[in-house]
Amino acid sequence: MKYTRVIPVLLIDDGALVKSVKFRNHKYIGDPINAVKIFNEKRVDEICILDISASKNGRSPDMELLKDLASEAFMPLSYGGGISSLEEIKDILYNGAEKVVLQRAVFDKPDLITQASRQFGSQSIVVCIDYDFDLFGRIKVVYQNGRKKVRVSINDLIKKLVAFGAGEIILQSVNKDGTLDGYDLKVISEVSKECEVPVIALGGAGSLENMKQAVDSGASAVAAGSYFIYQMPHKAVLISYPDSDQLIEAGLIYS
Amino acid sequence: MITIVDYNVGNLLSISNMFKKIGQKDVLISNRAEDIQKAEKLVLPGVGHFDYGMNSLKTSGLVEILHQRVVRERTPILGICLGLQLMTQGSDEGEEMGLGWFKAKTIGFDVSRLNGQKIPHMGWSDIEVSKDNPLLPSNSLNMRYYFVHSFHVDAEDDKQILFKCHYGYDFVAGMQSENIFGVQFHPEKSHKYGMVLLSAFANL
Repeated sequence: MKYTRVIPVLLIDDGALVKSVKFRNHKYIGDPINAVKIFNEKRVDEICILDISASKNGRSPDMELLKDLASEAFMPLSYGGGISSLEEIKDILYNGAEKVVLQRAVFDKPDLITQASRQFGSQSIVVCIDYDFDLFGRIKVVYQNGRKKVRVSINDLIKKLVAFGAGEIILQSVNKDGTLDGYDLKVISEVSKECEVPVIALGGAGSLENMKQAVDSGASAVAAGSYFIYQMPHKAVLISYPDSDQLIEAGLIYS
Repeated sequence: MITIVDYNVGNLLSISNMFKKIGQKDVLISNRAEDIQKAEKLVLPGVGHFDYGMNSLKTSGLVEILHQRVVRERTPILGICLGLQLMTQGSDEGEEMGLGWFKAKTIGFDVSRLNGQKIPHMGWSDIEVSKDNPLLPSNSLNMRYYFVHSFHVDAEDDKQILFKCHYGYDFVAGMQSENIFGVQFHPEKSHKYGMVLLSAFANL
């Protein structure tokens, strides 16, 4: 059997689990530790936790919170938010995460990617690339929760990051965030074609069919926030995760 | 006492969390020779670059005591991921000699045989049990584990191969030589599948 990784992404803001739409309107969802516990019981493939307030508040990663989260996570865990030094990366990997997710460092301290991948292996170093479009429909890469914008070719940027030592790319569409209306297949396809390392699609998943479309467009793995957190049609908070039968039916587990 | 060898190469707390989850209370993370001396079982974890791992092990001053406990006194040991790779004779990834406990070397994935699949091999994969062993019954079906690696073990002695996995081609996912075990995947991050394997190791 082949298993497409289907990854819930949890956003943490000042210790609380939140969910955004297009990077705005963050709604309080609940307690992150409890959420991880539930996802663990549902045996998720992997989980990604992003502390969106750390970088914003100029704070380093909250190791105590990470420890608590990791103690409930018997699945691979990647952790991002506010990471700016090799020492922090080491602490995160030591405290129960398999991977760190870097973003701001891509622009502020690209050396960190190189040093970290040398020391911990590129498989531990994930870079999250958020992108949006300007008024003319041109792609901009954004960071710091979308506040800073850089006009750059995503493919050129990724090529550089992979050469630095990034082992995996989370490709997140700001425009699709929280919309539940399907991934940005066009960009996923353009990026996956060129990218030598796994690309994880993020932003817009509203169904397992959407996830299969992202995989067919070249994504190595699929991630989502709202899809796992809300129950449609009223967006009631209810954590869910597909079982193997559903994943097989959707073509995300296949032989 | 199960002692997880801390030589400054990540991933330690996950392993101890998992042992605790399966009811093993006597688990220690330590970089002290005395603790390794007293251990009933050892775990050699590891994430990252081969040379960095080997050099960290040397810097920590634990190579000799590990040889003594593992090779001479036959203490059961489980290498995980880079821990397994360090137990081979060396790796394409670096220049350092490995511990040499397995008749094997560590090599990079042969990209030409991956049918376009990417490296690192990252994600869940089924494993196949190659021979009778104390960790998993040989009739185990649908045992899947989490892998994250760009290098894998190339065994000289097929008899030491415990598990195989397929990624483009069959590669070695687990090795055993008497008391020495090593797995390429992360049992501590593989839910119930990992619990089965770590319980078996803990109860050896």
